[in-house]
Amino acid sequence: MSIFEKFDHLRQTYDSLGDRSHNPFSVSFDRIESATEGVLNGRRVILLGTNNYLGLTFDQHGIDEAVRAVQTLGTGTTGSRVANGSYAGHGALERDLATFFGRRHCMVFSTGYQANLGMLSTIVGRGDHLILDSDSHASIYDGARLGHAEVIRFRHSDPDDLYKRLRRLKDVPGSKLIVAEGIYSMLGDVAPLREIAAVKREMGAYLMVDEAHSMGVLGEHGRGLAEATGVEADVDFIVGTFSKSLGSVGGFCVSDLEGFDILRVACRPYMFTASLPPSIIASTRSALQRLDRDKSLRTQLMANATQLHNGLQALGLEVGPHVSPVVSVALDEPETAVRFWNALVDGGVYLNLALPPATPSSRPLLRASVSAAHQPRQIDKAIDLFGTIARELGVLPAVSFAAEPPRVAAA
Amino acid sequence: MQLSEIREQIISGLHQARPDVRDITGTTRIVQDLELDSVAVMDFILSIEDRFDISIPLDRVADIVTVDDLARVVEGLGNAERA
Repeated sequence: MSIFEKFDHLRQTYDSLGDRSHNPFSVSFDRIESATEGVLNGRRVILLGTNNYLGLTFDQHGIDEAVRAVQTLGTGTTGSRVANGSYAGHGALERDLATFFGRRHCMVFSTGYQANLGMLSTIVGRGDHLILDSDSHASIYDGARLGHAEVIRFRHSDPDDLYKRLRRLKDVPGSKLIVAEGIYSMLGDVAPLREIAAVKREMGAYLMVDEAHSMGVLGEHGRGLAEATGVEADVDFIVGTFSKSLGSVGGFCVSDLEGFDILRVACRPYMFTASLPPSIIASTRSALQRLDRDKSLRTQLMANATQLHNGLQALGLEVGPHVSPVVSVALDEPETAVRFWNALVDGGVYLNLALPPATPSSRPLLRASVSAAHQPRQIDKAIDLFGTIARELGVLPAVSFAAEPPRVAAA
Repeated sequence: MQLSEIREQIISGLHQARPDVRDITGTTRIVQDLELDSVAVMDFILSIEDRFDISIPLDRVADIVTVDDLARVVEGLGNAERA
């Protein structure tokens, strides 16, 4: 008996998705050419599944700053900030982020995953209560599991259900922390944050918002959903990532709460991991400046998102409820979804396939994420390809007369 | 509420989730025997929480295998809330 026997079922499912070159979960690019193009199995593809919302991975200033940092400070810090000490850039990036969000405190983590893991496992403890949206990202669930607070879920984006759950805890001692996300990563739907904040105020809880997919995307200044809905004062903690709009890797938490800094010596996923290398810090700071300065990126991003969302909807495909840079098409059968995904790649469009149980409502998703760097013609190409494949696979009627005027039968 | 009454309500909820399965008893395993996927289980747990006006902590959910396990958790939480 193998120690891996427990994964037999998973192995079976994984293998059924096809060999390496056709398996959606073992994609390996030959080359990345730009923020929107790469080469996959010798074929040039439009990158439509990278969460590179502002398209800053090839930003010249970011690259120059990263090169300068690696040349002057080396390739890595080789240890944690608590043990090895911080570099000047770590503190500078934390001050930049605190200023950007208008908060007093910021902690930077080595990944976005660790930011959630660290914050959720530390700021609430035994006797406290975590109240999570049921569609929360894996990093939120994992952070909850790592800590000692009691964890309950409320129905996805349902403030009334949240209220009910807090009411049940009304006379129970301990801090209560509500966790919601700005944009949910699978369907691109946006949380009803104003209503959630109202429940939070009424019930005397704390509120954390994960703006991983909404920072740089929503809000007049790109501060995310809390800014867009005017409830920043009610949000006690904002967590986020550098690996989407900021085009690098890492995570952060900002807060105005007094005493926040003690987390630096209490939060294990912060303490016991190597800190971010100087090149990452440098390009992240550069990207944050650009995000802050250049509102045209957000305008272009939303125009591109609208083009894709409306284009796919017009074909008759089922897309998410809100226009956002995450545009997902829901299908019924996983087998169809895998074939659809392969046909898209063969036709020159790369995006993500998400299969249940990693999707809401047990349906497979073809998940696209739009970038400000996409050209309208790239998005048009993707929409056309979606239409062709959907008709070939019978997801849409074989020949669509939708665009033509109705024919009147001859008498 | 009595344990038997809680069990009955859980079973009637499961019959709604899996109308094709006839025999559901206290010893029925909710995931394995009824072949509910994780999303369906979550929806079912949410409906049970509504019905009994409780919130079941996630670590308790992880320990639930059979209908009776769930009934005992519901009973315990219901009593705690009345206390």
